[in-house]
This record gives sequence, structure tokens and C-alpha cells, in this order.
Amino acid sequence: MVKIPYYPGCAVQTTARNYSISGIAVAKKLGIELVELPKWNCCGVFPSLATDDLMRHLAPIRNLIHVQEMNENGIVQNENRIITFCSMCYHTLKEVNLFLKDAEKMEKINAFLEREKEFVGGVKEGYRGGVEALDFLEVLRDMVGYDRIAKEVKKPLKGLKVTPYYGCLVLRPREIGIDDPENPTVLEDILEALGAEAIDNPNRTQCCGSYHTVDRKDIVAKLTYDNLIYPIRNGAEVIVTCCPLCTFNLDHRQKEAIKLHRDLKETPVMYYTQLMAVAFGLDKQFWGVDLGLHYVDPKPLLEAKNLY
Amino acid sequence: MDLAEKVKSISGEDVLSCYQCGLCSGSCPVRFAMDLSPTQVIRLVQIRNIEKIFEANTFWICSTCFACYARCPREINITKIMEALRQIRLRRDQDKISVNEIPKEELKILPPIALVSNFRKTTA
Amino acid sequence: MTEVDREKKEKVRIYIMGREYKVPAGLTIMKAMEYAGYRFVRSSGCRGGFCGACATIYRVKGDYKLRMALACQETVADGMYISQIPFTPAEKPIYNLEELSPSANVFLEYYPEIAKCVSCNTCTKACPQDLEVMDYVQAALRGDLQEVASLSFDCITCGLCATRCPAEIVPYNIALLARRLYGKYVMPKAKHVEERIKEIESGKFNEELQKLMQTSVDNLKGIYEKREIEPE
Ligand code: SF4
Ligand code: SF4
Ligand code: SF4
Ligand code: SF4
Ligand code: FES
Repeated sequence: MVKIPYYPGCAVQTTARNYSISGIAVAKKLGIELVELPKWNCCGVFPSLATDDLMRHLAPIRNLIHVQEMNENGIVQNENRIITFCSMCYHTLKEVNLFLKDAEKMEKINAFLEREKEFVGGVKEGYRGGVEALDFLEVLRDMVGYDRIAKEVKKPLKGLKVTPYYGCLVLRPREIGIDDPENPTVLEDILEALGAEAIDNPNRTQCCGSYHTVDRKDIVAKLTYDNLIYPIRNGAEVIVTCCPLCTFNLDHRQKEAIKLHRDLKETPVMYYTQLMAVAFGLDKQFWGVDLGLHYVDPKPLLEAKNLY
Repeated sequence: MDLAEKVKSISGEDVLSCYQCGLCSGSCPVRFAMDLSPTQVIRLVQIRNIEKIFEANTFWICSTCFACYARCPREINITKIMEALRQIRLRRDQDKISVNEIPKEELKILPPIALVSNFRKTTA
Repeated sequence: MTEVDREKKEKVRIYIMGREYKVPAGLTIMKAMEYAGYRFVRSSGCRGGFCGACATIYRVKGDYKLRMALACQETVADGMYISQIPFTPAEKPIYNLEELSPSANVFLEYYPEIAKCVSCNTCTKACPQDLEVMDYVQAALRGDLQEVASLSFDCITCGLCATRCPAEIVPYNIALLARRLYGKYVMPKAKHVEERIKEIESGKFNEELQKLMQTSVDNLKGIYEKREIEPE
């Protein structure tokens, strides 16, 4: 079992617990123990894109410093990687290293943090750089491999028509993305390893409407419709996602989308880790389908496919 | 500082190489809700008419999806230009949304990341 | 050295809201201000570091740092520029604990602005109680009720963190909500308290109380002095 630091993030602790519960169990099955940072804070979700904004980069940096501390405290050995499930956390943690390539910025940030040594609750060292953020999808593709995933499958998802949806932040911009931004395949490849049938979705890399879900539900509802209607027309029975905000918009905002367009059929949205937990034959508590977090309940579908 | 200079310094992007191909607008998922297209905004930055941009909702409607940047043949990071425009407004304490007006029923179900990212983009 | 000389020698120069005073060294800020002629009608309460009424900010000559302290606890130093913060304006949502549930989003529901925290840790730096304020704000953001309650246990609602937060968050009110919810829904009920309440309600102590009410003040004082004190 290899031990790797794990950054949960706020979403997978609350509205997306089904993601982390299934993901941690799946990782374990594949020989990876995700060790939660002993102390962590919200990553900030979106990196600031302003060149002169240092303060909003502090949040992800703190988390990377905690990885350094884990090594010093012997919680992990020589492990400079940190794994996340949430695309937004991944994006932000990854971006900050690019931002800090500018030595002057790194110096300023560390000078600011230097003063924290004086007070209780401050970090005791600066950031040395080089902590690598990994999205769990990358881990599955590059460390574990699809063959190994296929080997763990106890209940192949035969006949389950799944359409993958990637969203933005795990793919773009190119310097941060984990796959080809125009034609990603990692979700499709995982689905294939699980024995499911992937239904094509021309909009699988289009934005879900993101944070507009707070004050412009109308924008999100339109995008939810656009992003779901083609694969659903082509027979998709479930949408598979990798980001808690995409998931919320594609799942919960179906309510508003259906009001706009009656031809949209309520379709469950699940994280790829949940489908993996199902296919691996893990105990149902690790599927995360009984936590009341889904707007469209995936259980009837799983039952109909003799998977539940 | 002149507003056009400010856009340039906050974003770190020079838009003079844009040849108005329109690919950014064609890639923009929320173009339908914008007063001005991203291409038009870039043009206005080129001719330094930032006031005109501030009359439109484009930079607020942008959802920071990076689709435009991913496709721009001139590798202009349009997403950063949108952020710079938002920042200029927010740094003058001109919020786009009022946090107090979000309905309670929504706050009960919204993922924290929705609120964190929204407030970063729409409130000072 | 005469007593007067010593006093002269051990005086420090402080500036209260811009005005210069010489006060004896070793006094707390609060006592020094009183020595200088100020009378506290606000900004003072317990004088023991418990009530949080005496929030104070100061700088010391030659140091760029703005420091926070409780006036009743901090000793004056030479060259201190002092100002009181008697009150921190704060938005206080009304809630009924009976109707709340300790759900993951309860903090965001009443204090959505916690989503604006940038993890700058300024609040932690400001806290005279040495609490990990940022960490409890962050725990609130992810709905970790128990963590907020335990990290904020020693908060005295002095308000200093809120005056410093660039995201305009009022940490102590969030902490209060957490401890209230924790006390009501999570912490196991104390059996002996419940029993005692029942005893009181059933009138078990009525007679004794009546007796006390008829006792003279002098006798009461005697009883008070002889009371049983819990060992420290
Ligand atoms: S894609 Fe690039 S070059 Fe084309 S209009 Fe947009 S900014 Fe200009
Ligand atoms: S980043 Fe903004 S402007 Fe560019 S395509 Fe996305 S929403 Fe449109
Ligand atoms: S947490 Fe804030 S209000 Fe509470 S004691 Fe610390 S500074 Fe004062
Ligand atoms: S001062 Fe405000 S923004 Fe900074 S860490 Fe504390 S709560 Fe967060
Ligand atoms: S007067 Fe109560 S804490 Fe200082």
C-alpha cells in the first residue's frame, strides 16, 4: 500500500461526500492509501488570474506547505505528491506552482509567511516549491493503469450506457489540464475498463455554468440542457462526472432545465469513482448513493441493471 | 493609471496581436447572455475604450472556462482580460451581487465551492 | 533614591489616541489610561481577561506592526500608540436553535460570507486569546461543527479578528453559532444538571431559598465567606 497525501477540499466533505467516500475506497482497493492532510484550508477554488494578486494564492500554498510538514513529521516518506478528487481543487493547487515560477513572487509570499512563525496557528516554514498536485484521474491513468482497474472489476457494467462529462478546469488551460483539452479520453478509458458503454457527448468539455449557479440559475439551466440533451437522446442512462460543481449543476439544475425544455429526461449524475465502486463490487456504503446527495436518484437505474 | 494600461498590467496580456478572427466568441459557452462578445471586448481593449466595456455585462457573464484561451490562434489569454476587468471594478468596491440576497433554500444546498468561486469573481 | 525619584524614573511615555502621557511602568493599558485621567464607560468589563470588552490596538515606536491586545491584560511599553475599539459593528442573523439542524451547510446559510475567506490568517494573528481563528472559519466553511466549537472554545468575542479580516467576516459570531449547535445537538447531556433542574422545579429547594431571602445582609456575607469552594 503506497501512502500519498490527500487534499479533500470543502465540497467532498459536504455536498460531494459521495465522491470522496467512493474515491477513497476505490483507491484503497487499488493499493493507494490516501492520507488526509492533518490540517488544511479551502484551496480558494479559483486561482486569481490577476498578476498582482498574491493574497489569493496563499490558500493553496498553505496546503502545499502542509505536505512538507507531513514529510517532516514522518506521516509520509519522501512523498511530494498530493492527490485530489475535485477538479477545482486540483486546478488551483496545480496552478500555484506555475504562479510561483516567478522567484520574486515566491520570495514575497515566503516573507509574508515568515512572520507567522511568531504566533500560534501560523505556519512554521515557508513553501519550498515542488509539491506536485495530481488529479485522481491522472493517478488512475498513469500510476494504476487501465488493466489493473479492469482486473478489479467484479461486476462489469455491461449494458450500462454512460456519457462522460469533463467540464473545464481539469482540462484547461493546457498547462494545467490532465488530458487533451479538445479530445480527452481518460473518463472513456476508465468506463471501458469497467465494461460500460460510453455514449458520445459533443459538449463534454463545455462549461457547466460554474459559479453562475449562485446568482444566474437561468444561464446554468440552459447550459445543463445543452450539455445533457445530445447524449440523452442517444440513449445515455447516466452521466459520469469528476467535479463537484459540474455535478451540482448537471444534477440539481435539471429541475430548472426541464422547466425550460420539456424534452429533457431526468437522468442521474454520478462520479466516476461511484461507478468504480459499483463495478469493483465494493460494499454499498462506499457507493455513496444513500446519502441523500443526488437530486436524481441513481438507485432505480442501478436496480434495473441488476447492479444494486 | 489609464484604464487600458490597468487592464494590461493586471492581466499581463497584450491584446495587440488579436486579428479579430472571432474564435473566442465562437467558443464561448455563455456568449448568449453577453451584451458584447469576447471578440468585441478584445477590440475595445485594443482601441483603449474600456468605459464602453464597463457598460456591458460581458466580463461578469464570463464563467472563467478558458475555452477562448485554449483556442485563440494568437494565444491571447482572454480569460485573464476578463478577470482584469472584473478586478478593476471590484477594487473600487463595486460588487456585482449582493451576498445577503441569496435565498436561504439555495444556501442550504449549494456546494461551498460554488459560493467561494462566485464571491471571488463577483464581490470585492 | 526616594520613592518619587523612582516613580519618575520608571515612567513610560504613551500616546492615547494621539495624546502624550507619562504613566508608571508596569501598569496594564487599562490602568495606565485611568491613571492618565480616562474613565471607562465602555471598553471595560471584567478586568480579568474574560469578557472581551477591552479590545485595543497599538503600535510601538520604531515597529511597523499593528498589534492587538486586551487593555486589562497587556502592560504598557514606552512609545505605545494606543486606541480602544469599544465596539465592533457586526451583522447578527436571527435564528431559532430549535429550528436549526447541525447540517453541513448551516454556517453558509447564516453567514455565506465565510466563503470569502482567503486564508490570510490575519484573524489568527489578531487574536489575543491565541486561537486558531482561520482554522475555525475554515472548518465552518466545510461544515465541521465539532472542530469550530473546539477551536473557538476560548473565544471571548473581543471583536479584534473581525476588525482585521479583509473578507469582512465576523469569526466570533460563527463560532457562537457552532458552540450553540454543539451544545444543543452534539454534546451528551449532563445527567447531574438535568437531575438538579428537576429537583429545583419540583420545589426541593424552596424552603432553603425562602430562608436565605429572609436573612440579613451581614449574615449573608458571613455565609458567603464560609461557602464551600471547589478545589482549583
Ligand atoms: S480568438 Fe484570439 S485572435 Fe481570435 S478574436 Fe479572439 S482574441 Fe482575437
Ligand atoms: S473564459 Fe469567459 S470569455 Fe472565454 S470562453 Fe469562457 S466564458 Fe467565454
Ligand atoms: S476569535 Fe476573534 S473575537 Fe474571539 S477572542 Fe479571538 S480575536 Fe477575539
Ligand atoms: S482574516 Fe478573514 S480572510 Fe483572513 S483567514 Fe481570517 S477569516 Fe479568512
Ligand atoms: S475588561 Fe474584560 S477582558 Fe479586558
